[in-house]
Order: sequence, then structure tokens, then C-alpha cells
Amino acid sequence: MNAAVDTGLSAALARPVDPRPIKLACRNVWKVFGPDAVDWIGTRDGRASSADLAEAGLVGAVRHVDLEIRQGEIFIIMGLSGSGKSTLVRCMSRLIEPTFGTVEFEGKDLLKVSDAELIELRRHRMGMVFQNFALLPHLNVLENIAFPLSIQGIDRAKREARAREVIELVGLRGREHFYPRELSGGQQQRVGIARSLATKPEVWFLDEPFSALDPLIRREMQDELLRLQGVLHKTIAFITHDFDEAIRLADRIAIMKDGEVIQTGTPEELVVNPATDYVAEFTRDVQRAKVISARSLMRPCAGGEHGGVVAPEARIASFSAGIVAAGKPFAVVNGTGKPIGEVTPQAVIDLLAGIDGRGARP
Amino acid sequence: MTIATDLGARPSRPLPFWPMVWAAALAAVMVLALLGDRFPALIDYPAAAVVPLTDWVSAIMAWLKANITWLTRSITAILGVPLDFALSLFAKNFKIGAGPEAIVLPRLSWVGIVVAAFLAGRAFGGWKLGALVGGCFLYIALFGKWTSAMLTLGLISIAVPFCIVTGLLIGIWAWRKPWAEKLIVSPSLDLMQTIPTFAYLIPMLILFGNSPVSAMIATAIFAMPPMVRATMLGLSRVPSEIGDFSEMAGCTARQKLWRVLLPSARPTLMVGVNQVIMLALNMVIIASMIGAGGLGYDVLLALRALKVGEAMEAGLAIVALAIALDRLSQAMARRQARGHVHGDAEAGPFWKRYPNLSLALVVLAATTIAGLFIPAFADVPKAITMTTAPAWKAGVSWITINLFDVIEAVRVALILYVLNPVRAFCEGFPWLGAVFLLGLAAFQLGGARLAILVAALTAYCAVTGLWEKTMATVYLVGISAFISCLIGIPIGLWASRSDRVEKIVTPIIDTLQVLPSFCFIIPVVMLFRVGDVTAMIATVAFAVVPAIRYTNHGLRQVPPALMEAAVVSGCTKRQTFFRVQLPLALPEIMLGINQTILMALSMIIICAMIGTRDLGQEVFIALSKADAGRGIVAGLAIAFIGIIADRLFGAWTAKARGKLG
Repeated sequence: MNAAVDTGLSAALARPVDPRPIKLACRNVWKVFGPDAVDWIGTRDGRASSADLAEAGLVGAVRHVDLEIRQGEIFIIMGLSGSGKSTLVRCMSRLIEPTFGTVEFEGKDLLKVSDAELIELRRHRMGMVFQNFALLPHLNVLENIAFPLSIQGIDRAKREARAREVIELVGLRGREHFYPRELSGGQQQRVGIARSLATKPEVWFLDEPFSALDPLIRREMQDELLRLQGVLHKTIAFITHDFDEAIRLADRIAIMKDGEVIQTGTPEELVVNPATDYVAEFTRDVQRAKVISARSLMRPCAGGEHGGVVAPEARIASFSAGIVAAGKPFAVVNGTGKPIGEVTPQAVIDLLAGIDGRGARP
Repeated sequence: MTIATDLGARPSRPLPFWPMVWAAALAAVMVLALLGDRFPALIDYPAAAVVPLTDWVSAIMAWLKANITWLTRSITAILGVPLDFALSLFAKNFKIGAGPEAIVLPRLSWVGIVVAAFLAGRAFGGWKLGALVGGCFLYIALFGKWTSAMLTLGLISIAVPFCIVTGLLIGIWAWRKPWAEKLIVSPSLDLMQTIPTFAYLIPMLILFGNSPVSAMIATAIFAMPPMVRATMLGLSRVPSEIGDFSEMAGCTARQKLWRVLLPSARPTLMVGVNQVIMLALNMVIIASMIGAGGLGYDVLLALRALKVGEAMEAGLAIVALAIALDRLSQAMARRQARGHVHGDAEAGPFWKRYPNLSLALVVLAATTIAGLFIPAFADVPKAITMTTAPAWKAGVSWITINLFDVIEAVRVALILYVLNPVRAFCEGFPWLGAVFLLGLAAFQLGGARLAILVAALTAYCAVTGLWEKTMATVYLVGISAFISCLIGIPIGLWASRSDRVEKIVTPIIDTLQVLPSFCFIIPVVMLFRVGDVTAMIATVAFAVVPAIRYTNHGLRQVPPALMEAAVVSGCTKRQTFFRVQLPLALPEIMLGINQTILMALSMIIICAMIGTRDLGQEVFIALSKADAGRGIVAGLAIAFIGIIADRLFGAWTAKARGKLG
């Protein structure tokens, strides 16, 4: 049994390399606050421990962060308040100038582009959604959404037509002439989302977009985001302090603590293989069946009869009821229909009950 | 909680440091006072050592007058164009050409303006506001103050936009450049708001002559600070996310400021606009002394001739104008912040988009043209105007005849038992002792820098030879502010405990606050004639507002959770109030006292018109003699009194706030 699990696990970890190009990358990015921080970190060539920082009387909000976000991926940066996640995303969009390191946008150093180029980039290729919506109080919904287009000098008819398109997309039709204060929090954030989409950006920064909403609305908006992403395929950098939200939405998650990224991986990798106790603490209460895939639970086919077929990426929760009812193992088949292993009902039951020896903690 | 530990910790301290220091300091000053008989220089600053600042300032002004008159006169000429236009439009009729052949185009018809005022009120605040604003204008017309009021309004209509634009630009500059704010703008604003209004007039008079233009410039300078402050405050209060958004949307720096930040700050900016309008009205009244004309001039003339009835009537017209302008601009501010038009408001022709404005323009044009043929539209017909002056006069006569003894007894008692002893104490106070004690207080509250500032400003009042007059001012301000607090704080307390009382008090203090300071003097003069008692009573009425307002606000803003916590821990009502509510509200109440003192100061100075013998009188005399040096030096002394009080209270409040966390 143990051997089988190990092969399953290594199969899960040895997934094929993501073929999508890297859209946005951070290379040893630092944001250090304090006197002469630029020189200080520069002379060290971007290497310093937290003890070094403390000794110099500096505050490291973001410390040697390396990230690669691939095109079309939902990349979540998760951390508690004060972990530096907001500062990091502002470094990535250059709202804050990093103290050290490079931020690459399609391989080009974003920190070296001129102000005019940066404005062009932001006007056409980046969008951002804010925690407290940041809607302009003096403009109505339609004008708010058309605002990014209007500062580009696009004429009224054209920009309003585009604004109406995105209003339709986020389901706000009929609210065009309302002012932000007349809308509920969820509706306001829909406006924020629509506004950031009006310019058809490629990279989409979402800074805790749902944190100011109450739980039911938050869930609804998460579904909405997944729906939109299914249509739009943006490259998304999403900030949150809510691990459940991260797991629901993420392709990959980077967990931050004290300005550092302590682990990057898929939700499954984090749950199955937490790098530190800190990460394990987050993953402890996660419903494992919703995160772990058939691939990590499968073992080599024993040759018996199969009660059904599942894809390697299928989450256990999606077929747990079926497999337990069938009472027979399910075959795990790859894209060509060839079985690469099987999942037994017992393994699923063990996982659901939390008595599996691998990841479950007391 | 912090308070509890604090209270608990205090008695256990081994040696109360500051009380000891203060006891020693007071003893030292007492000795100083006793030695005063032998060394009079300790009490009164020796006349021989007076720094001739007055002469220096006069010399500078003389030089300026000789050398830049060409500039100031050209400015006068340029600014005179829009001002003349506004004055002609509202009050004077347009005259083209000269002599008997001159073509006279009429001013706007009074009927049209009343209707336009009504429409403006209705557009921004419904029928009720329309009736109020229209009613105020109608009142002015019917009581025969139309032309004067329109002169005042014309001046304001030019000064206010100037203030708003300039104030906005300065505010933006200060917001962008922290060094400019710290080194230039903030100190200038402090000085501009504490220098007495009269002191503004003197250099204006010398540089720009006795004309409506110099009155307008003085008004503009006086009324600008709230706009600058509102701009800085509004911009700094815009959430940082909105700034981030504008950058991410790809705004240029200019777009960010004008299309995102300033519109987002609009509610705060509109508060600034309201304050600018009210201050401009206040100043235009005072500037009547250097040629502004209008309602203020009517009051001035009547007061000089002791025609209390006429003064009262002109004063009431000022009140009507003030209330109309205040309510209207407040409604505009609220409306801008609300804006709720659903539907495509942008479509359609002009008159459909702005129905009220269009209607007002049509009515103005129609009535003005009608005025060419029907005189009743051009001028308020004599037949429908009325006057209450005789009634006021009769009322005052009746009171003087019947209640003379009572009033006189009150007056004499106040003078004998309150004013004179305090005055004697203040005037006998050694200047060196004052410098020392105020410096010590500043050191305790705000450290060495504040101590040096306060001591230096106090010393200024002495070395310029104005010590006696300074103390005369301090004594009147002190008494008035004290009585204001004695009346205001209990009322504020009462209002904070009862919603019904608050509902009654709020509109009263709101109205008191918009009245130009001039108006407070008139009714008091009618009863108490001129002198210190009148000045004191008028000042108390004027300065009581912040004491009430801040006390009420401070007590009401104590978080209910803390009050509940106190009740749950078993506090009696008295304990809840004294141990929890009051300590938490104290910083706010102190702020109110601070404001009361500053307002009392500004009012006392205006009371120079009714014969006080303090710094205000010094400035007033300098104004009538166009003696710049004397006026400016005394004006600065007044400003410094205000700044000292403000800094000491400010440091105290900051300290108390810091303790509360």
C-alpha cells in the first residue's frame, strides 16, 4: 500500500512542465523601507537576512521574491495582513518602486521602461481591481467603467459602447446610471471588475477584491470570477488572505510570510507537501477531497474490474460518492483513454475519514 | 482603560515634578511683582528700550508706496474692470459715455433677482429652501436695503471665485510639495487667520487706495485660507486606492489630479467654498471702512451717528443675506455630493438639461427689460418699502426709560466687580513673568521649540512697547472667553444628554455662526451704550458657539461600547460621566475652548469701533490715520496672542490625545 501511494505521489509531482509562456515574473524583488535602503541592498547584491535588516534598522516589506506567472493562469498570492502581499503586487504593477530586483513583463524589465511607456502599458495591457473598490464617487456606473477609456481620449460613443459591453458581461445591466454609493458592496465590486476589464487588459491584478464583501456574496463573486476567467483567459495575479478562497480559485498559490514567499505550488502540492509548519497550519482544515486529485491517490492497476473511469486531474470529491456506492476501483485514464492506474474505494474512504497515513494530521 | 491605569499610577509617583516646578515659578513671579515698586522695568517694559519696529515698518511701507505704486495702481485698474461690471450689474446700472448724453443700461431687476434666488433655492433644496432664500432677498428689498445689499453681493461675486481658484491652486501646491506646506503655506495660513481683519485693511489702503478694489483684495486674502485648507485636507483624504487606480488606469499626472483626485475630494472642497463665502461676507462688511460701501457702510454710518434703529435694520439685512448665502451654498455642497439623476441627463437642449437655470435667466432678462418701461421693476418702489427703524428706536427708548436702572446697575456691577479687578491684575502683571510662565507652560506641553516660540512671541508684545495694550486685550479676551465657556460648556453638556435640546440648540448656533461679527455689536450697543461691558457681551455672544458645539460633539462621540463597558462594570451614572465620558471627550472640549478664545480675540478687536482701549483700538486708530507701521505692529501683536493660545492648547490637546491612544 505504501509503495503504491509513493508512486502515486511521485507521479503527481512529476507533472508535465507547463507549456504556457511566462507573462510576468519577479526576480529577487525587494522592497525595503528605511534610510538609504537602495544603497544598502544594492551593495549586498540583493542578499540579506532578516537579522541583517534588523541590524541596519530597516524594514523589509518584500524580501527576495522570485515568482513566475504564466499566461492565462490564476496565480494567487496568499498571506496574512502584514505579510507584504499588497506591497508585492504593487511592486509588480510598479505602483511602488521596488528597492531591488527586476520585474519582467513578457521578458522585458518593467522597472526600466519610461513613464510614457508605463502609462501606455497600464492603459492597454494591465488592469487592477481594489479591495475597497476605488470607484470614483462623482461618476455613475457607466462613466466609471468608461473612465479608463476616456482618459485615453476615446470618443464618447465608442467608449460608452465598450462600457455597455462589459456591463453586460458582469451582469449590471439596468444600473448604468446609478452612482457607486447607491449600489451594494457586491455590485460596486462588479463595477470595479467591469472597469478594469474595459481596456481589455492581458494582466489582471486583483488586490483582495472580495475581502470587503460578506461571505455569501464573496462566494458568488468567486464563482463569477471563475466564469469570467473561463471566457476571458486573463493572466491573473490575485491577492487574498483567505486560504479557502485561494484554494477555490488558484491554479497556483504563493504563500507569503514576513515579506518572503515560503512556498509556491498548486493547492494540491501545498496540501500534500507543505514546505513548513506555517503552510501546514493553513492546510490543516482544508477539505482534502476537494483538493487532492485522482492522480495522487491512484495506484498501479491490480487487474480487477473497474466500476468507472476518471481523469487524473479529477478531484476526489467529484467522484467519492460514486466510487463508494459502486464498491469497485475506478480506473484513472489519461487523455488518450489509456488507464494509468486506479483509485480504490478504500483509499477514498480513508481520505474522507482523515485516517490516511499520508497527509492527515491529528 | 488607559485612563484607569493612568489615574491609578499618578499618586504612587514619588515626587510630583511639575507641581513643584510650577510652585517655584509662581513664587518667583510673585517676588518679581513685589520688586516691581523698586524696579518698574520689570513690570512695564522700559520705554527707552522699545524697539522702533513701527518706524521700520512705516519706512518699508513708504518705500513700497513710492516705488511700486505704479504696479498696485495698474492692478487696481485691471481688477477694477470685472468689479465695476459686477457692481453695475447688481447695483449701479451701466453708464456708457459721460454727461447727459450717456447711455444708461439698467442693472438687473430686483424682481428678477428675487425670483432667481427662489429658483436657485428650489433647485438645490426644494420648495422650503427656495422660499427661505427668496424670502431673504425679498426682505432685503422690502426693507429698503436693496442697493446696499447688491453692492455687497457684487463684491462677493468677484472676490469668491478669485478666492476659490487661488485657494485651490495654493492648496494643490502645498499638497504636492510637503516642504512648501511646512515652510510657507501653513505658517502663512496661521498668520492670515489670526491677524485681525482691520490690520489687513491698512496696507491695502496704502497700496491700493480707498476703493472697492482694495476692499475686494482684502476680502480675497482674508477669505482664502479655508479654501487652501479644504484643498489640502480633501486631497489627503482621498483613499490611496483611488490614487492607485488612477495610476493603473494610465492617467498622466495632470489627469490624475484634475479628473480623479479633485473630483473625489469634492465634498470637502465644497465645505471650503461655503466657508469662503461666509468669510468673504464677513470681511466685505468690515472692508466698508476702506471703500467697499454696501451694507457694512450703512451699519458703520449709523453706528457712528448712534442711530441704533438704522444700524439694526442694516444689520438684519446682513443677517438675511448671510443666511441666504449660507443655506444655499450648503445645499449646493450636499447636492453635489448626492447627485442622483438617473437616465440620460446629458441629452436634450440646454433648457431641458438645466430647467431652473434657464428659467432664472429668462426671468432676469424679462424683468430687467421690463424695468426700462416700468420703473417698479427697476427700483424697489418706495410705496412698498417699509422701515422698522422708528420701531427699534422706540423700543430702545422705552427700555432706556423703564429699565435704565436695572441695566445701569448690571453694567456698573460688571465694571466694578469683574472687569476692573481683572484689568488691574493684568495690567500690573510683570512682562518678564509672563514671558517666563508662558514659556514654562509651553516647555511642559510641547518641549523646547514650542517654549522658545511662545516666549519670543510674548516678548515681542513687550519690546514693541505695546505691553499695556496687550494686557488690556488679554484681559477682555480672557474674561469674555471664560464667560463664554461658563455658558457654552453646560449648554453643550445638556445638548449631549438630550436629543431634544440638541435639536433646539443646533439651528441657533448654526445661525449665530454665519452672522458677520459686526451684527453682534448692534443690539448690545442699543442697551449698554459703548464701552468694555458692551464689548464683552457682544464677544460672549459671538464666541459661545464653539464651546457649545465642541462640548456636545466631544461627549457624543465617545464610543457607546466604552459607556456600556463602564455601566457593565458597575459604574454609577456619575462615575460613568466623570471617569469615562469626560476624560475621553476632554481633548475635543479643549479644542472648543481654543476656538472660543480665538473667536473672542477676533471679536474684541472689532469692538475697537465701540471704544475699547486695547490693541484693537491701536489698529483702528492706525487705520484712520493710514499709519501702516503702527497698525501692522499692533496687528502682529494681536496675531501673536492668538498664536500663543492656539499653540498651547494645540500642544495640550495633542498630548491628551496621545495618552488616549
